[in-house]
Amino acid sequence: MNALLEKHTKDIEDILKKYPEDQKRSAVMPLLYVAMRENGFVSKQDMYDIAEIIKVSATQVASIVGFYTLYHDKEGGKHRVQVCNDLPCALRGSGEYLEKLCENIGIKVGETTEDGLVSVESVMCLAGCDKAPMFQEQNPDGVFYHEDQTVESTLELIEQWRKQEAK
Amino acid sequence: MSKVDKHILLRHHEIPDIANIKTYQADGGFETFRKVVSTKMDPVELKNIVHDSGLRGRGGAGFPTGLKWKFVDDNNWPHYLVVNADESEPGTFKDREIMEKNPWQFFEGIMVSAYAISANDIYIYLRGEFWELAHVLDEQIELMKKEGLLGKNLFGTEYELNIFTHLGAGAYICGEETALLESLEGKMGQPRVRPPFPPAVGLYAKPTVVNNVETLANVSLIVEKGANWYRKFGTEKSAGTKVFSLSGRVKNPGNYELPLGTPFRELIYEHGGGIIDDRPIKGIMAAGASSSIIVADDKALDTPMDYESVPDVGAQLGSASVIILDDTVDMSWLINKTTHFFKHESCGKCTPCREGAFWMTSLTERIRSKKGTMEDVILLEDVAKNIKGKTLCALGEFSTEAVLSAIERFPDDFDAQVNK
Repeated sequence: MNALLEKHTKDIEDILKKYPEDQKRSAVMPLLYVAMRENGFVSKQDMYDIAEIIKVSATQVASIVGFYTLYHDKEGGKHRVQVCNDLPCALRGSGEYLEKLCENIGIKVGETTEDGLVSVESVMCLAGCDKAPMFQEQNPDGVFYHEDQTVESTLELIEQWRKQEAK
Repeated sequence: MSKVDKHILLRHHEIPDIANIKTYQADGGFETFRKVVSTKMDPVELKNIVHDSGLRGRGGAGFPTGLKWKFVDDNNWPHYLVVNADESEPGTFKDREIMEKNPWQFFEGIMVSAYAISANDIYIYLRGEFWELAHVLDEQIELMKKEGLLGKNLFGTEYELNIFTHLGAGAYICGEETALLESLEGKMGQPRVRPPFPPAVGLYAKPTVVNNVETLANVSLIVEKGANWYRKFGTEKSAGTKVFSLSGRVKNPGNYELPLGTPFRELIYEHGGGIIDDRPIKGIMAAGASSSIIVADDKALDTPMDYESVPDVGAQLGSASVIILDDTVDMSWLINKTTHFFKHESCGKCTPCREGAFWMTSLTERIRSKKGTMEDVILLEDVAKNIKGKTLCALGEFSTEAVLSAIERFPDDFDAQVNK
């Protein structure tokens, strides 16, 4: 029984086709993204399932989860607001933006709101330096850019997420 | 023939709808690829054209592209082309604009390049944050398959070409080509010991060329119009145009494609509109966070931005991610930012970088919180010097550039921070 494979058979087959027959290990990164579609993080069972699909040890899969910042092994907010506060963005006010945003939401960097909707993280350069302040939203569906932000525009967006959730 | 006016790469400025495949084709798009494949052009001839054009790697190292291609081992098969779209240097956002706004020229460039190195498979390694872009590229790849531009027996020949995207997941180090290959093989992105270099032993231990997006986006036009045409732009040793990513304390940040050799002053004051609030400029980082900080005096501002001239003012051109610093920027704050970045991004494989970045960050923290003394500054300089030149890849080296240049060139900023 491989729950991940069973649930996403077609997508996983398509991913495996991208790589040579004897190099299926290459699929570990796209498979981890598939696993995160469920809850926004990779469970232990997912790691075992992926390991079985590409024929490596679960420890090797876990090492990939640990090495790369976009994989999470713990539940966070449904929408992870990952604000770039690296040098070029900081020169254009991202530090102040991040601070005020957190103040308004009532959480600290690295924390999640009580309703589990939003986490705020401070991350490294996202290649959006000319449109700072900016953040990427990571959610189970993928990664989405929001550029030229103000605290107000971000709070508005969060409000929209909240409304969607209430539906 | 494709129309080229002011821009070679950011041609959406002249042809706003160029991201539409029909518009691109109406402008002569994909004709070069069709010609190269259908006439069974000799790959050696293509390598020679690119070599003669003087095109150099735009990812940062400035290595001659044609020469890299000539190193590909023709006694070991298959060959791979891997496109480095991991764009992660703080201050760099050019590859993203090229792929988003002028995608078909990017594709034609990588397709002609794959033919030139006799590769049938191309992997585009995109940083994981380019999730939306990767999905657009996937759709565009499907469209090219339908148009008969990808797949088996192209244009009635035996040539087969496939393109696959591969998303990274947030690791700066994967922009280093051997770390990128490790990552593509499903491992942690840690650089390999070189030699052997990828053109001999690359992806799956096969000969592989890894080139940056911007580099390859030039190739179809160079092949169409010839090496001499490309050499008309730029300087003798730094041929062509370059996309300069301008950020920091300027009025109009953004990407500006200019001939190599354009002076800093023109980029900052003409294109960038000058400094925010017309304040005095203090420093320039020409190669993103990996850069030494150039003291922005008249000599520096008049320096041509090309691979040979920037070292004259004590820095490198790198990927040309030009970060502007004005008089509000304290260099002790700045190196706290850059050391924090490199500490976070060090892959942990070699000791000087892993431990050194950690210690440099701790020291800059102490200095920034006004608990430091001049001895801490001296120690910081000593740690940086002990990393420099002692690491497996350039990341360790890069982590020291801002630190050492800040201490040497802006001593007052540290004097003001430390306890006497």
